[in-house]
Amino acid sequence: MLLARHCDAECSQGLSYNQEGPPKPKWIVSWAFPKPAGRCARHSSVSDEMMHLILFIVFAGLCLAGAINLLLQSHPINSALSLIVVMTSLAVLYLLLGAEFLAAAQVIVYAGAIMVLFTLVVMLLNAGREERTLGSTVARTIGFPAVAAIFSVIAIMILRAGGLGTAGLHQGVTSTEELSRVLFHQLLLPFEVTSILILIAILGAVALARHEDGEKAAGE
Amino acid sequence: MTILQFFIWSLLKVLVVTLVLLLGVAYTVLLERKLVGRIQNRWGPSRVGPFGLLQPLVDAGKLFLKEDIIPTAVYRPIYLLAPVIALGSALVSIAVVPFGAPNVTGPGGFRFFQISDVNIGLLVILGITSIGVYGVALSGWSSNNKYSLLGSLRSSAQLISYELALGLSLVGVVMRAGSLNLRVIVESQASKGIATWNIFGGFQFVAFFIYLMAAYAETNRSPFDLPEAESELTAGYHTEYSSMKFAMFFMAEYANMITVGCVATLLFLGGWTSPLGDLIPQPQNLFAHAFFPILWFALKVFAFLFLYVWVRGTLPRFRYDQLMNFGWRFLMPLAILNIVATSLWLAYR
Repeated sequence: MLLARHCDAECSQGLSYNQEGPPKPKWIVSWAFPKPAGRCARHSSVSDEMMHLILFIVFAGLCLAGAINLLLQSHPINSALSLIVVMTSLAVLYLLLGAEFLAAAQVIVYAGAIMVLFTLVVMLLNAGREERTLGSTVARTIGFPAVAAIFSVIAIMILRAGGLGTAGLHQGVTSTEELSRVLFHQLLLPFEVTSILILIAILGAVALARHEDGEKAAGE
Repeated sequence: MTILQFFIWSLLKVLVVTLVLLLGVAYTVLLERKLVGRIQNRWGPSRVGPFGLLQPLVDAGKLFLKEDIIPTAVYRPIYLLAPVIALGSALVSIAVVPFGAPNVTGPGGFRFFQISDVNIGLLVILGITSIGVYGVALSGWSSNNKYSLLGSLRSSAQLISYELALGLSLVGVVMRAGSLNLRVIVESQASKGIATWNIFGGFQFVAFFIYLMAAYAETNRSPFDLPEAESELTAGYHTEYSSMKFAMFFMAEYANMITVGCVATLLFLGGWTSPLGDLIPQPQNLFAHAFFPILWFALKVFAFLFLYVWVRGTLPRFRYDQLMNFGWRFLMPLAILNIVATSLWLAYR
């Protein structure tokens, strides 16, 4: 009730859908028409940073757990599900870094489309549980040192190139508008070339499918 | 606004919206049964309460009390997880939908009629719907039943195919509004009522048609209800589910219908704004200012749901190859043409 009266007092000055009209109290303006970042400046506080850190730890942990589970599971569908967990938690990490469009695209494209195709294939082939083998001794004796060597080479390369940079969990959000401006102005050529690359892949798939179809028709 | 305040307010909103949504789901089922009944020249449920109005509550009670059977051959963890994914993703996507006037706010700038105002609201809805596919796909696979598997395979293929057309049909609207924020999209259509709605003034009726078709396919509704075609597949992906687990799939389907209706309302039918626009002056009274937008919104969503049921009652089911041809060879090119035409028009203007 207190709230309603408070509202009434504040809003009775007349509200309209457009920004013109009688001046509104400050808090209505700042919240009804937020800044492009979508967040209020006074909202950024220590507790907010704390929140970001907690979210980061939770989802980074989830991401790693999913990735490890992906390797350990013997059933292909469980592995596929772990991969979905990895991808969605990656999307949250992108969001924490302020890349909201990328986060949404990650969920829609990877978790929503590509992984559905993966699970579809697993279901279609009705792939069963993998048989656990101890692996050949050759693979073990060569494999583990090779992995360690490759890992250390990559680590050295990165460290020599200037070490690991820092990416802050910050308040700012790169809006879709800014992103598309960069994408369609500064990076227009690479962007279009990439799309042609994808087009070629699609055409290749269609050509392969067609070929098989034609053979069948010829055989009949 | 402290964190605690924010938390309590958000929790309240989430509770209220979820409750209203679930009630809406229950009564959409009743609406469907009544309407399909009338279309088929019978009465539909009429015994429980006046006009059968208490039927949904009794149905819910019945489903709660039924025995929960888990067949022995199912793959348990995923069998149990699937209905949760389906219902969860169906309920979550309503969180970014603005129901009423956004400038009705409480102390600390707290909006009453939207759980969260997200810059990429539209993409969030698309993302959550695409996660919802797993509910259907996994339930069919884990049931270890050929009907379930066939149903879920059909459903996954159908969802992947129609998601493209669905996404592309929304691009025109997004270009016109210049934003992915659902509130901004509605406000861009608000000025002259029905004349500036995207479906009429924005010349997005082609996009609306594509969205409508794709949405019917996405929610597995007739005439694209192949995943649960009862004459071929008994019940499709939820054949092996009983009691509340079946009810969860059922509720997910209707909640998805409502969400789709909300999105159509927001994107094409002007959201919470009045169809008369500024012809009638904005009410100055706070109650009216809060109430009328909600009323308009509810009316539009209701009209959309009515259309859903009407289509179900009148159109026969498509054949599978017809479904795929329609999606890929007709809707997709049409959606791309619509994008080209809209962007040319926007550039020319």
